[in-house]
Amino acid sequence: MKLERKNVDAAGWVELCARVAQGGGRLGTLWASDERDRGGGFAVHALLVTYEGLLCADHAIAGTRYPDLSALFPSAQRLQRAIRDLYGLESGGDARGWLRHGAWREDATPLRRDVPAGAALPADDARYAFVRVEGEGVHEIPVGPVHAGIIEPGHFRFSVVGERVLRLEELLGYTHKGIEKRFESFSVADGARLAGRVSGDSTVAFAWAFAMAAEQAASCAVPRRALWLRALLLERERLANHLGDLGYLGNDGGLAFGLAQFSRLKEDVLRLNERLFGHRYLMDRVLPGGVAVDLDGAGSAELMAQADTLESELAALRAIYYDHPGLQDRCIHCGILAPRTAAALGAVGLAARASGLAIDARVHPGLAPYDELEPRLCSHRNGDVAARIVVRFEEALESLALQRRIAMRLPAGETRVAPAPAPAGAFGVGWVEGWRGEVFVALEAGESGRIRRCHPHDPSWHNWPALEHAVLGNIVPDFPLINKSFNLSYSGADL
Amino acid sequence: MQKILFKIARVGIATEPGPAADDALRLSPGRLNDEITRLLGRALAIRHVDAGSCNGCELEIHALSNPYYNLEGGGIKFVASPRHADLLLVTGPVSRNMEEALRRTYDAVPAPKLVVAVGDCGCSGGIFGESYASRGQVSNVIPVDVAVPGCPPSPVRIMQAILAAVSTRR
Repeated sequence: MKLERKNVDAAGWVELCARVAQGGGRLGTLWASDERDRGGGFAVHALLVTYEGLLCADHAIAGTRYPDLSALFPSAQRLQRAIRDLYGLESGGDARGWLRHGAWREDATPLRRDVPAGAALPADDARYAFVRVEGEGVHEIPVGPVHAGIIEPGHFRFSVVGERVLRLEELLGYTHKGIEKRFESFSVADGARLAGRVSGDSTVAFAWAFAMAAEQAASCAVPRRALWLRALLLERERLANHLGDLGYLGNDGGLAFGLAQFSRLKEDVLRLNERLFGHRYLMDRVLPGGVAVDLDGAGSAELMAQADTLESELAALRAIYYDHPGLQDRCIHCGILAPRTAAALGAVGLAARASGLAIDARVHPGLAPYDELEPRLCSHRNGDVAARIVVRFEEALESLALQRRIAMRLPAGETRVAPAPAPAGAFGVGWVEGWRGEVFVALEAGESGRIRRCHPHDPSWHNWPALEHAVLGNIVPDFPLINKSFNLSYSGADL
Repeated sequence: MQKILFKIARVGIATEPGPAADDALRLSPGRLNDEITRLLGRALAIRHVDAGSCNGCELEIHALSNPYYNLEGGGIKFVASPRHADLLLVTGPVSRNMEEALRRTYDAVPAPKLVVAVGDCGCSGGIFGESYASRGQVSNVIPVDVAVPGCPPSPVRIMQAILAAVSTRR
């Protein structure tokens, strides 16, 4: 993977970002760091995705103010608000907090290096200024943080007229548990365990991205067999999540039969994971230097047999879903994320592909081993709930094809090498297309194998704002279905 | 419709026999007597609260409802409001941002307010521990009857914990 780093001043930072935006590139992620202990001040880092690869634009700030990027990349806005809560740095954009919720005072800056890890900070008033919609007949529906189902906590503020949604404002950050600070008490060798718990449903994607970053920092080459096994685990994760989502989408669309069938198939996948790899969700199976699992001939045969079964089950259930008038009525033209909106907001992953954007890191740049696996990009242009269902069906089937390809052509060799410790100051970035979208991990090694700074990034950062747009003009009772069709992570973006 | 019926008939019943209660997971002596259990009968209502988890435990709580475990078939169902619940199933290290919401949810549950803490984080704070953003284990914030470790605990372990919370053995 090509990773370029550039040190730029404030004007250069904005200019570089503008050039990338104009060239069709996007903001991967954005984070800050505290350099005061080594003679600097604070710095902000924009990871930019261009056609050529990744470009990390580092900008050392004089003082505590840095340029607002949200006009170029709307997805920067919440990342900047998080930086404000964690470092006390101002972008000049939206001045409201994002993660804090009164758990610490506005002037406390928990991610600065001189704030001790583990210490409780004095609490503050948790009031939050929602944008108010006014006019005759407008009323607000506050929902959450504790929701009615088995889901993660977050707050949704609907402004509605009758039952139509005029505006949705999300307030997240409820599951903020200090993961970035926590990383600083881990070694690079152990950090994959924590990375694998940023968002439990994407544990393989995060652990792989972390391992990739750690391996770059340590200039460690990973055995080919290990890379192929990683791809196998990642596709198992994609398959399990897509099956689960297809079940819940049927259920939320009034077809409980779909949930019963798909949750049975998902359980079959999880049980085979447990039997072959020792964990239902494959946690802690990807480590820096390789993987903690292997696959023998008997295991390959089981995978292939399951792929055969699932292919025919998926085809049968797809025919039922595509034929069911009640389900179609709920899903078609519901929760439309128009291609133009998706592009303007910088949406990524499955939701972007269902809105006509050709973004899939497995296809381009096709990092190893995907360069040899020839994955197919699955997309749709309608951007509605139905399109996100179609993309899930196609990706689940494609994922089975990839699993079969891996099982048949798995290269011989080692599954893991012991990586040399990364030297202090060494830097790396991991980039993995998880089932929800692209996951990044930016990692800087510290003294004696410790982590100095680690920033994990979930694609949900980019897609939560897209959900606010997709729900506009829809009726409130369709929100659960629309929300499920995106199925974004709270924990992954709250950190 | 024909296809759906055909599929249902072909798959048949996948539900497996459920496990027994695991009383070793209890933190407190059982608080229910036979009379209450008789009144609750086979209809336990559970309210799930994610107090800051990574969502791994949620995946297994969802799995409880799949045809293999079929928790609802055993008369145990998830409800939408704590006011309808006999038992709270709490995951995660409790984030400071969720502390107040968790307390209020607990307050809204009618007595005897059974609480099961799920997962390594719910039991001990897990890998996230206590920090400026995390209060750690669930029992730091509300009383807990049963705690089931695991990252995440399997559906069978969660069922054993739920059954331990409602068993009348002391």
